[in-house]
Amino acid sequence: MSTQFEYSPDADRIMSVSLGPQHPGAGHFRIRLWLDGDYVVRADPDPGYVHRGEEKMAEYRNYIQNVPHLERPVILDSSGILFPYAIAVDELMGNKIPPRAEYLRVIMAELNRIISHMYFLAIFGLFSGHTTMITWLMGDRDLFIDLAARIGGARVTFAYLIPGGVRNDMPQGLDEQAFDTFDWFEKRMVEYEKIFFRNPLFTQRAEGVGVLAKEDAIRLGATGTVLRASGVKHDIRKAEPYSAYPDFDFDVPSLNAGDCWSRGYVALQEMRESLKILRQAFKNMPPGPVRLKLGPQPRVPAGEVYTRTEAAHGEESYFVVSDGTPRPYRLKIGTGSFKNMRVLPHLLKGIHISDIPLVYWGLNYWPVHADK
Amino acid sequence: MAGELSVQPSAPTEGKGPTPTAGPPGNPSRTKELADKILDHFPAVKIDYVRAKRVKVTASPEAIKEVAVFVRDELGFDHIGTVAGTDYIQQNEMEVVYFVGSVSRPGQEDLQVCLAERVKRDALVVPSLVDVWLGADYHERETYEMLGITFQGHPDLRRLLLPEDWNDIPPLRKDYTSPGR
Repeated sequence: MSTQFEYSPDADRIMSVSLGPQHPGAGHFRIRLWLDGDYVVRADPDPGYVHRGEEKMAEYRNYIQNVPHLERPVILDSSGILFPYAIAVDELMGNKIPPRAEYLRVIMAELNRIISHMYFLAIFGLFSGHTTMITWLMGDRDLFIDLAARIGGARVTFAYLIPGGVRNDMPQGLDEQAFDTFDWFEKRMVEYEKIFFRNPLFTQRAEGVGVLAKEDAIRLGATGTVLRASGVKHDIRKAEPYSAYPDFDFDVPSLNAGDCWSRGYVALQEMRESLKILRQAFKNMPPGPVRLKLGPQPRVPAGEVYTRTEAAHGEESYFVVSDGTPRPYRLKIGTGSFKNMRVLPHLLKGIHISDIPLVYWGLNYWPVHADK
Repeated sequence: MAGELSVQPSAPTEGKGPTPTAGPPGNPSRTKELADKILDHFPAVKIDYVRAKRVKVTASPEAIKEVAVFVRDELGFDHIGTVAGTDYIQQNEMEVVYFVGSVSRPGQEDLQVCLAERVKRDALVVPSLVDVWLGADYHERETYEMLGITFQGHPDLRRLLLPEDWNDIPPLRKDYTSPGR
């Protein structure tokens, strides 16, 4: 952890410390801290070290060329970030997506949610000094990456969800491998719960740390696991059902405590719900085509649309303005990490310096995702 | 691949500039109700479109704060999604849109109010809505640095993502060209 010490001119006892931007695990992100002894008086997040100008780039590329670069901000959840984009372009063009394509989109989004949540929990283990959690989850995560790779053809960035459907059909005989993985993973999650979430070492470390009250979560605009761990049962898959989600039976897990433990546990419960959705999707997969033929440079009628979906990191939204040309006039990405970043200075205020990594990672914050 | 459907290419509309016309179909009865309530209280606002789950309202920068408080307290839209700024250079205007949803009032969790305001490009000052939705804080800072719109009353209006030594016009303006383009 790179630190830079300097004395604040305001008071002798308040010291300003820079946490980051080089940090093993956290990525390219700096938090400026004002400390009184070991306690944080004030925290000021400083993002932007990996700002790529995705929104400006999108204005130079057509709607199909935009697909691969728009999934780069969060390669853990590359289908999750493309989902609202695909829906936005489909809505503008008036595309009727074939039912099989909708199911494949949901399958890929849910596989990505599991892959992303496993990474989140693995690093959560690392940040709380729990080596078993990171080794187990990083290893087990590969089984889901293998599944996704058989559908999408790559390991992390699939460019699979495209306007007009999905890029290709899934291979025959995938069901067997998928159900084997799901059965095994279901048993495995019981072990995660025992060794991590019910482990006194972790509960003592994380319970009651970084408590976010329900009112504050709403006021600050928190989304995703952060919002649901604070007692708000809000999931866009249920609140504003999109794609094929109305067909599936699943629950929205939420907890009331709003502490670091709850934010991790909600993610574990969400993986259980994702498995439910995946089983139903594989079982009831409708036949038919998987994409519309749009051509390499489709013209999109003039108009504007705002779409949002529930991705692994929270509410993922796109505001797309089209002027009738093959390129978007304006494309605004609202990412879950950016929305949750405002929670960080609120939670860090007054906590002990040793709790910073846990609170920070508990927000499921991903610097590249927030910087765009 | 099992087969492909084909769709008719849409008619080219190049050069007309963006107009909010295209959108998803659906029954807009609940959003119509919202639009009527806002119009009852603020006859001066303009309802841009009413769709099944979205209603876009344009208010003047002087009145937007009152409308925002009404939308939050009376209509229950308490959760900020995104703030998007757009540069309409042909009309010499910029637009700021606040996308707000509702997480605590049941029955309208699927709706979004898009609260917009437009300002001339030569006087880019709008009131900050951080007092209304605290979560708009970083979104407004991002809009400020990317488009150069000043949010008056913002508690901490600084750059967020751009480097400290950025020495050019705000990059998301239409008259800024990326290097190499």
